[in-house]
Amino acid sequence: MSAAADNAERTPVIEVEDLHVRYGSRDILRDVNLTVYQGEILVIMGGSGSGKSTFLRYLLGLHRPVGGSIKLLGRDITRLKSQELYELRRKIGMSFQGGALFNSMSVGENVRLPLREHTRLDENTMRIMSRLKLEVVDLAHAEDLMPAQLSGGMVKRAALARAIVMDPRLLFFDEPSAGLDPVVSAELDELILRLRDTMHMTIVVVTHELDSAFKIADRITFLDRGRILMTGSVAEVRASDDPRIQNLLNRRPEARVRDPDEYLRRLTGREPRPSA
Amino acid sequence: MAADTQANPIARWVERLGRGTVRAVEELGYHAALLAESLYWIAWGARRRQSVRFADTVLEMMEVGIRALPIVAVLSLAIGVMLAIQGIHTLKTFGAESQVVVGIALSVTREFAPLIVAILVAGRSGSALAARIGTMQIGQEIDALRVIGVSPVRFLVAPALLAMLIMMPALTFCADVMGIMGGALYSAADLGLDIGTYLDRTRDALDVEDVMQGLVKSLVFAVLITLIGTANGFAVSGGAQGVGRATTRSVVLSITAIVIADMIFTWFLSR
Repeated sequence: MSAAADNAERTPVIEVEDLHVRYGSRDILRDVNLTVYQGEILVIMGGSGSGKSTFLRYLLGLHRPVGGSIKLLGRDITRLKSQELYELRRKIGMSFQGGALFNSMSVGENVRLPLREHTRLDENTMRIMSRLKLEVVDLAHAEDLMPAQLSGGMVKRAALARAIVMDPRLLFFDEPSAGLDPVVSAELDELILRLRDTMHMTIVVVTHELDSAFKIADRITFLDRGRILMTGSVAEVRASDDPRIQNLLNRRPEARVRDPDEYLRRLTGREPRPSA
Repeated sequence: MAADTQANPIARWVERLGRGTVRAVEELGYHAALLAESLYWIAWGARRRQSVRFADTVLEMMEVGIRALPIVAVLSLAIGVMLAIQGIHTLKTFGAESQVVVGIALSVTREFAPLIVAILVAGRSGSALAARIGTMQIGQEIDALRVIGVSPVRFLVAPALLAMLIMMPALTFCADVMGIMGGALYSAADLGLDIGTYLDRTRDALDVEDVMQGLVKSLVFAVLITLIGTANGFAVSGGAQGVGRATTRSVVLSITAIVIADMIFTWFLSR
């Protein structure tokens, strides 16, 4: 099944056009274009410092970009008013790298917080709904524990339960396998696949773990130094002849280009004289 | 250009001054925005179906107010006794020891009670606010709140501000009473002044305005402590060390702001 032919019939959930992000005078993301379709798992890959975490923060609407547009579920989040963004957020879930559970609340309270904020359900219903999601991530026994009492894998699963408690149409996942042992991270991969199949979510995963990416991805986007190198199916990515992608796939160190002027500037901390 | 400013010490100094000024103005603006947003949520939150949580506010009031009560009582009693000792010692030169009642009544209600309460609350609760929000910032909990669709200002700053605005005047009033009691106790021991008489004369010496002046000041201090604590918390970056730095900075800045604001207010209110 060709991904390109398939995409033509599907509805886009995320549309990023010419996204441009800069901190001070440094371009962090440049000319980023990306479309994610309903019901697919898109994995954003890239080395450290490639801009993938920054990209995710902008996709979540945590900052406003310098230029370009980001449409989530058909709404341009770079132009939405705060109230409209608030409405949109009920349809979006996010699981942070470190879990970002609220340390002052129990696991159950953490999972119930989005319900408390966005719905007018009674306490009992909220309790049942949060337990349903805790069952999904296999944490029913941990409802009354505090985040500090959980192991790394449990924190990630609790964060996932909180992210999906509103049954979002769109789920973001930052580094699901970072800091976990292979067994636990494989379980999380299974869980992500199950969420797509049973709840028909569109899922965007940021990771640098190759095994995990190849296992869960429908399509993979490669980010490098703030630009997208390629977006394609797993097979297309494997077949790519881009040296940077091949370096990442084969764990080869990058060949560094040395610029003598630049080197001198770094050592002395000043600009080389124009006459030199 | 860059090489020029690096070489010239005056240019470098001017540049640093400029950067510092811009940063200070920026920070001031941030505090103002934080205040405006908190007040907005307190006033209009319910209408947008995102009200400031009552339970959080009560918890915060417990922490800021009720738990601080014993230490406020001890400190203001001590201040009252200290003022009595100093006052009697000074007034003895004029043979007017009994006038100490007026001095204590006015200085406690107008100055010492709000000031001692504010410094204590800045040290206890302002720093705790900065540390808590800073830790949440590092753990991405603030981002998580925003992604869930919860305004961090409504969730964290507004309840704290509300609690401070209610509890600071209450604590200040307690400090008024305890300070005057301290003065009464020492005067009774040293001058043999009957406590009942002391309190009667205090009542004669005090206007409502004197007590109000202290209470109004405490409201201003409440705003300063909350804003400086929370703003420093939100600004944390760089791990546990950053949290420590923000906590210290919030206490030092709060106390500085309190004393300067006190001076300005006293000048205006005493004219």
